[in-house]
Amino acid sequence: MGESIKLFYNVDGHDFVSCGQASEDVKRTLKNIGFPPEVIRRVAIAMYEGEVNMVIHAAGGVAEVEITEDAVRVALKDSGKGIADIEQAMAEGFSTAGEDIRELGFGAGMGLPNMKKYSDEMKIESTVGVGTNVYLTFYI
Amino acid sequence: MKVSEIAEVLNAQILCSADRAEATDIKSACGSDMMSDVLAYVKDQGLLLTGLVNPQVVRTAEMMDIVCVAFVRGKRPDRGVVDLAASKGIILMSTPERLYTACGKLYKAGLGAGS
Repeated sequence: MGESIKLFYNVDGHDFVSCGQASEDVKRTLKNIGFPPEVIRRVAIAMYEGEVNMVIHAAGGVAEVEITEDAVRVALKDSGKGIADIEQAMAEGFSTAGEDIRELGFGAGMGLPNMKKYSDEMKIESTVGVGTNVYLTFYI
Repeated sequence: MKVSEIAEVLNAQILCSADRAEATDIKSACGSDMMSDVLAYVKDQGLLLTGLVNPQVVRTAEMMDIVCVAFVRGKRPDRGVVDLAASKGIILMSTPERLYTACGKLYKAGLGAGS
């Protein structure tokens, strides 16, 4: 693999049914390239949590993925309400999601902690009222 | 344990990918209605038992390499969810048992929780 591969996805915030398609596509792409299954799994789970977050908290957003020989970099960008207290949001069990989201099986306050757990590096930039960018890096 | 045996233990009806039920072997299983918890804690469990029937159950299964989902309490997902699972080769089944009983029956039959 010489040059890096760049992928771009629109994550539709009004469609909980299609949520996860971007992560599935990245998973498939990494599989075809021949990445180690352990890395593929970590990327798929963390990115999927990011997609779910964008759909339930920010009415969608975009996902940018860069695949190089030794790393996968995922940027999840939304124009949602932003995170007031990132440290609090990172705590397991903390969630601002409503009962409707819990009924769907999410909103347990595990999204961001899971993304941190499965990635090698994670950076969050957020401004209340403007949006949130989450950067995930996975090394092989 | 073969998926076909699991269906028998649970008195379940297979909803899709039935052609794979005989050849698919499950080493361990998990039960949850919280997909976030499945994403956080599941390692290599091939079977998920759940009372949720939305499309994100299939998406979660796909991300976690879960090859079979058993819906408890007689629940059935709509056609779109079944088609989504079928397109990925994921086996879906529906059992009249409740989550606790379904897990108990499989555990008793020798299917553990794994690592």
